[in-house]
Amino acid sequence: MQGLIDALKEDGYRVIGPQVADGAVVYDELESLEQLPLGVIDEQDGGVYRLARRQDAGYFDHVVGPHSLKRYLFPPQETLQQLQLKDGGWRVEPQQFDEPPLAVIGPRSCDLHAMAIQDRVFLEGPYVDPGYRARREGLFVVSVQCRRAAATCFCHSMKTGPRADHGFDLALSELDDCFAIEVGSERGGRILAAVDGWKPGAPTIVDRANDQSSQLERSMEQRSTTEAAPGAPKLRQLDTQDLRDLLLNNLDHPRWEQVADRCLACANCTMVCPTCFCSSVSEVSDLTNEHVRRERTWTSCFTAEHSFLTSGVVRNSTAARYRQWLTHKLSTWIDQFDSSGCVGCGRCITWCPVGIDLTEEVAAIRETTK
Amino acid sequence: MSKISEQHATGSTSKPTLAVFKFASCYGCQLSLLDAEDELLAIAHQIEIAYFLEARTRALEGPYDIGLVEGSITTEHDAERIREIRRQCRFLVTIGACATAGGIQALRNWSDVGEFIQQVYATPGYISTLATSTAITDHVPVDFELRGCPINTAQLVELITSLLIGRTPRVPNYSVCIECKLRGTVCVAVAQGISCLGPVTQAGCGAICPSFNRECFGCYGPQELANVTSLCERYEERGEPRDHLVRLVRNFNGYAPAFRAAGDALEEESHG
Ligand code: SF4
Ligand code: SF4
Ligand code: SF4
Ligand code: SF4
Repeated sequence: MQGLIDALKEDGYRVIGPQVADGAVVYDELESLEQLPLGVIDEQDGGVYRLARRQDAGYFDHVVGPHSLKRYLFPPQETLQQLQLKDGGWRVEPQQFDEPPLAVIGPRSCDLHAMAIQDRVFLEGPYVDPGYRARREGLFVVSVQCRRAAATCFCHSMKTGPRADHGFDLALSELDDCFAIEVGSERGGRILAAVDGWKPGAPTIVDRANDQSSQLERSMEQRSTTEAAPGAPKLRQLDTQDLRDLLLNNLDHPRWEQVADRCLACANCTMVCPTCFCSSVSEVSDLTNEHVRRERTWTSCFTAEHSFLTSGVVRNSTAARYRQWLTHKLSTWIDQFDSSGCVGCGRCITWCPVGIDLTEEVAAIRETTK
Repeated sequence: MSKISEQHATGSTSKPTLAVFKFASCYGCQLSLLDAEDELLAIAHQIEIAYFLEARTRALEGPYDIGLVEGSITTEHDAERIREIRRQCRFLVTIGACATAGGIQALRNWSDVGEFIQQVYATPGYISTLATSTAITDHVPVDFELRGCPINTAQLVELITSLLIGRTPRVPNYSVCIECKLRGTVCVAVAQGISCLGPVTQAGCGAICPSFNRECFGCYGPQELANVTSLCERYEERGEPRDHLVRLVRNFNGYAPAFRAAGDALEEESHG
């Protein structure tokens, strides 16, 4: 592991990876193996995230935390352009993309699917985002194969995990006595060859790694037939059959008002969602009006500004905003990008201060339309 | 928003005029203007600071283009004075929690002020005060509210800049949680079980308190669609005593309508 960090640094990458800070596993600069959250797991439920120590837990037995790749490829705040008033005209200062390339250790299968969705948003079609492209091209992904899922995970329902099969440069499976590493790209192979102390493993190791993933997948599949232990959080899953139409045919369902009684319109769900891509762009001038920056900031369909048109705010109630979020994520996203906007990572459930759970909301609507 | 610099309230100077007034308050918000060291000179270039007793002794007569009001209304005399100020200012902006919601001193609105006076002052007869501390908007129409305890200097500069150019100021009315997530702070409510007011509070501070592992105290008052009842129910369910919650919502902005209603409902439930 240390060899891998060193090889990436040697190759000019800025390396980030999971570590414990402020009661959660977050991404931060990684220098050494010692910083990884060895022996730590995360227990997650609606509106609850707690770290716990577990004797047999390895370096990567936590799952997804509050951060995701989104922060790094599509930063929360970015200056897109700077303008300077010079001799009666505006001089445009071009955007510089000279940050060192980034290597991230830790993204899970759901995260890779989320990144693929954001790739579609920012890289496909006529308008390519230059900043995203520069950061994305430089990105080196060391994915981690989950061997444990949180109660809030439902990648098995969204067909986005738990096993990552593409979209990485390297993928790690943590076994009890070693790591199995799968190579996913040519540069992945090159970095791996430069890792001190790495040697090709026996086929049995590969089998053990695959078994581990299949075992997790089977146990997640069984969620539909097993009850959660008393007192333990509900194990999430989402019935995706005809989901697009289910929601679009129920735009006046009373459930939207019910969820709005609890929803705070605080936007945490959209901020932590690894696929949400909404931003607001504004021109910020200084007092002299001779220097203007065009700034892009994450925003959310839970804010008033998001639906502000010349006639005013279109979505004025929390019910309308929650419905916008869920129907976009699970229905109209499919029309727009040919895939669901949800990868089942469960972040929106965990980080909602009042624990609103989209799988429960969908189930409630489905229940009444049977 | 019309451009302030195009037609002035006064014909006498070439620059738009600014006046700063103080009511029941602590000076903190006015200091935020003086704190804008880098921008203050640029502001002074573009605006005539006509009346700002805390900064300069020279005071020009009104009317003024922009009036900034700090503090809440706590006396009969002040209630009269704000009406005169309203008449004098084309564009009236309240700055801070006191002017916008009554401030921390609005805690008196839930108590017996007469009793305080008897206990605190040697000669209670000298004290002339109202029973309540109320927001400026309860007395006169206000054109814009800058929230915060104290206000954010950058927002103040943004407001003045936008008034000069004639565009809408960029002062978001969404939750503190958005700022908290922008800076990448781990949510203290979810990861540590702390009762944080961020979800129902308007952004503006940059989510400072959660970044120091503390709850948001609601300095910027209720956000646009503040659902305080739902948040408090959640915190109560997970063990926060109701009287703590009442104290949490009755803070600097406790008398702002959304916080006031939630605090009163919590209190009623516990007595009822
Ligand atoms: S949703 Fe699936 S892939 Fe993502 S962390 Fe959970 S188990 Fe892993
Ligand atoms: S909607 Fe929720 S579960 Fe789905 S990808 Fe976004 S954060 Fe994850
Ligand atoms: S669903 Fe939860 S996180 Fe999302 S806006 Fe509503 S209360 Fe906030
Ligand atoms: S710490 Fe407070 S302000 Fe930050 S996201 Fe959590 S609830 Fe919102």
